Amino acid sequence: MTDNTSAKVWESVPSPFCGIASDDLKIEVCGSSVRVLANGDAVTVPGFELAVTDTAPRIAGEPAALEDAVRQAAAILKDARLPVFSGFGTDVNDTRAALALIDKARGVFDQARAGGGVRNLLVLADSGWIATTLAEVKNRLEVLLVFGSDVEAAFPRFFERFVWNQETLFGQDPAKREVIYLGRAPSGDAAVSPDGRRPQVIECAPEYLPELAAVLSALARGASLQAKAVGGVPVGVLQGVVDRLRRSSYSVVTWVAGQLDFPHADLTVQQVCQTVTVLNKETRAAVLPLGGQDGDRTASQVCAWLTGYPTRVSFARGFPEYDPYLNDAARMLSEGEADALIWVSSLSAAPPPAAAVPTVVIGRSGMRFDKEPDVFIPVGVPGIDHAGHMYRCDNVVAMPLYPLRDCGLTSAAAVLTAIEQSL
Amino acid sequence: MLIKLTGGTVYDPANGINGQVRNLFIRDGRIVHSLNGATPDQEYDLRGKVVMAGAIDMHTHIGGGKVTIARNLLPEDHRADPQPRRGLMRAGCGHAAPSTLTTGYRYAEMGYTAGFEPAVLPINARQAHMEMADVPLLDVGGYVMLGSDDFFLRLLSSGSDQQLINDYVAWTIHSAKAIGIKVVNPGGISAFKFNQRMLDLDEKHAYYGVTPRQILKSLARAVHELGVPHPLHVHGCNLGVPGNVETTLNTISGIEGLPMHLTHIQFHSYGVEGDRKFSSGAARIAEAINANKNITIDVGQILFGQTVTASGDSMRQHANAGHAHPDKWVCMDIECDAGCGVVPFKYRDKNFVNALQWCIGLETFLLVDDPWRVFLTTDHPNGAPFTTYPHLIRLLMDKSFRNDMLAAINPDAAALSTLGSIDREYSLYEIAILTRAGAARLLGLTDRGHLGAGAAADITVYTEQADKEKMFTRPDYVFKDGELVVRNGEVVKVVWGNLHTVQPDFDRGIETRLRDYFDRYHTMKLDNFIINDWEIEGDGRSKILVHPCHQGARS
Repeated sequence: MTDNTSAKVWESVPSPFCGIASDDLKIEVCGSSVRVLANGDAVTVPGFELAVTDTAPRIAGEPAALEDAVRQAAAILKDARLPVFSGFGTDVNDTRAALALIDKARGVFDQARAGGGVRNLLVLADSGWIATTLAEVKNRLEVLLVFGSDVEAAFPRFFERFVWNQETLFGQDPAKREVIYLGRAPSGDAAVSPDGRRPQVIECAPEYLPELAAVLSALARGASLQAKAVGGVPVGVLQGVVDRLRRSSYSVVTWVAGQLDFPHADLTVQQVCQTVTVLNKETRAAVLPLGGQDGDRTASQVCAWLTGYPTRVSFARGFPEYDPYLNDAARMLSEGEADALIWVSSLSAAPPPAAAVPTVVIGRSGMRFDKEPDVFIPVGVPGIDHAGHMYRCDNVVAMPLYPLRDCGLTSAAAVLTAIEQSL
Repeated sequence: MLIKLTGGTVYDPANGINGQVRNLFIRDGRIVHSLNGATPDQEYDLRGKVVMAGAIDMHTHIGGGKVTIARNLLPEDHRADPQPRRGLMRAGCGHAAPSTLTTGYRYAEMGYTAGFEPAVLPINARQAHMEMADVPLLDVGGYVMLGSDDFFLRLLSSGSDQQLINDYVAWTIHSAKAIGIKVVNPGGISAFKFNQRMLDLDEKHAYYGVTPRQILKSLARAVHELGVPHPLHVHGCNLGVPGNVETTLNTISGIEGLPMHLTHIQFHSYGVEGDRKFSSGAARIAEAINANKNITIDVGQILFGQTVTASGDSMRQHANAGHAHPDKWVCMDIECDAGCGVVPFKYRDKNFVNALQWCIGLETFLLVDDPWRVFLTTDHPNGAPFTTYPHLIRLLMDKSFRNDMLAAINPDAAALSTLGSIDREYSLYEIAILTRAGAARLLGLTDRGHLGAGAAADITVYTEQADKEKMFTRPDYVFKDGELVVRNGEVVKVVWGNLHTVQPDFDRGIETRLRDYFDRYHTMKLDNFIINDWEIEGDGRSKILVHPCHQGARS
């Protein structure tokens, strides 16, 4: 990253907000205001440009000193028998500090958007997969199959950066790549090739996605089906998709698990993954689970190495216990199991759900609440106000985050550590 | 802080001390000749105790993406071994792929003070360092992987000058903050991406046309000419393939005298004799090692029970995935840089192949003459979790115990093995070489692995017992950089270790070429790829230690 100091313009800035961690952003900083000058998108621009509003903590809506807010947060934790920690749009250090506190407070760690990640993690822990990463896609991809998802809605620059790139390591012309959407049509034109070819779109009603995945997997295994169509899609068309993948020297099947929001979607993801595993008996193919915006992937990774489990972990009995159903913060709050909510979110300004239990928010300045929390401590953003690290959706690449401005905001890690020390 | 350790029986092979009763003195974290008449702040009566340097695991998978994939893959394994928050220790979990905190506590409780991660993918080095930074009580370091990355393969296949390759190797060590270079299934991880399923030593890569032999020679030469103390760390071709002893012997002869470290050699020492076309190649391997002083090995001993194999070798891991227990596994192609495969495995003593693998490892330990060139590893967690080390040490030190164990394994495997006829028993002095002095020397850590003046005061104190497994399970004291961190097998203080690195000289001009390569083909900028010092030292826990290279002296 470079700093044109006089202009306060930074180049090659990594975005902590987007799951593909684009690091070619050009950012202008004037005082506390930030502007994306180049390579922004619908996810990144609001992430960087959210205005700093609060700089002082509040207790019950009244301005308070940081030490008092920390003391009050600690008091809430001391009184709680089962505090739940959620939010977790955070970087590595913020998550590290949060997990130290959660361990000591015997709390539960969840992520507000864990649902999507869990759909993948359950598959990983049940059968595994053959996966790939973004640079492999960029250089090797021949056919991309998008399953039941609208990729560009969540990852606006995915196609630009990794599918329609200018050149590849192996002399392949990226413009000739094929894109197949199965189950859902794209919302925009990002998947249209530079020479105007539109992706093949095979639509069906969302409720048929599980069946579609099962048929795909069966066909990949060589099964012959009695059914002529699934969800209105002729089996012959699906056979054509499988055949195309099998002919490909390197195909990638991707999905956005957060968009597969239906009961037991993990079983659908599993069928998709097994399709790819079977293809690898003859050729090369891989899955690319997309997700992990706003620090979701980061928090899961850090939790996995520090506790052994990726998310939804309870320390209530003094050691980490993983249960993606029981340790769902929303469920615990709605069913009256949790008696305090600590919302930690230094990247995203998404506020906590209004809860009937004492609520502490260690959150990004600019967060707006429907219900004022008992304690609010505004914190700076990793990658804008502090150095840090974040993970990309493919789990492999951790990006460094740099401080771009100094507007006096403390870090979530510092606040969490202070609370831990006063417990 | 001045500390006196009084009257311990010292085993310090680096300084030729074999069981002599001595006093040791520590001043501010370093071992000194004497306290110059000063009164020690603390004194420990070690009369009757065994004193060694802190143990060093020179090949253990404790950081990096594949370990965390293994963690995510095996929640049931963690549930069976919870580590509650206790005393100074935070909660975690253990066994095959423990959480980082638990990893540090358990290593320290066994008297280890350093561990080196052998498979740091350049693109994943940042993660490896972040994970290792969360391993308390241990010094750490990493060997960065090359040999299946497209940049190197393009250099090699286009006939680039060795000097350019040397510059790239050195740049990679710098940017990944590593202490050595590892090659895994040379070229094979890349070949798998082109749907090649095997790559023998002299077989051509389907796209690049180069052979593993060329890759090994080029990288070994680069490491040598850069003066990096640790020789090229080699995970050879054909891991786990019956008959691979021939490949391993060819690899040894093919390196033409250059220093080379062959890792987890047990997995590369298989013959094809017998009804089941699987036999021990240990004797031939040991003979070759005894005859080739440029070769060092670690064993990668397997021990029976559930574990998980976590390797950069996606080609071989995919081939072996059918043996997964439980039946689930992950393979990944990674960033035109490398790959990985994570396959859970349960080694069974009644299974012929597993039992013979067990024998092959032990035969290798016992048939290699020079303890300075063989290292005690299980390739954690691939052969077994590191927590089995005390058991392994007893197998090496106690012939009677070893033969009892041999009698319990698959009888066909036992009958095919020469293990029962080997009388060698390792001494405490030799164990100190295998687990401390040799590793430090191999890595170029001049101030670790010994107890001479100037060394960092990483010290482990044991009560000698006839049962060496008990002895090495629970030291009386462990000092890390002069601080008492373990007493009677319990962690009494949590400190954070250092990061050991080397920084060989190179021509920065390579960055012009690399910058263009990153901009055209990679998904991140070169400057964001390079790991900065602040990323390691910024939180005040870890310190980067740079060990000298001897560039020029070796070329």
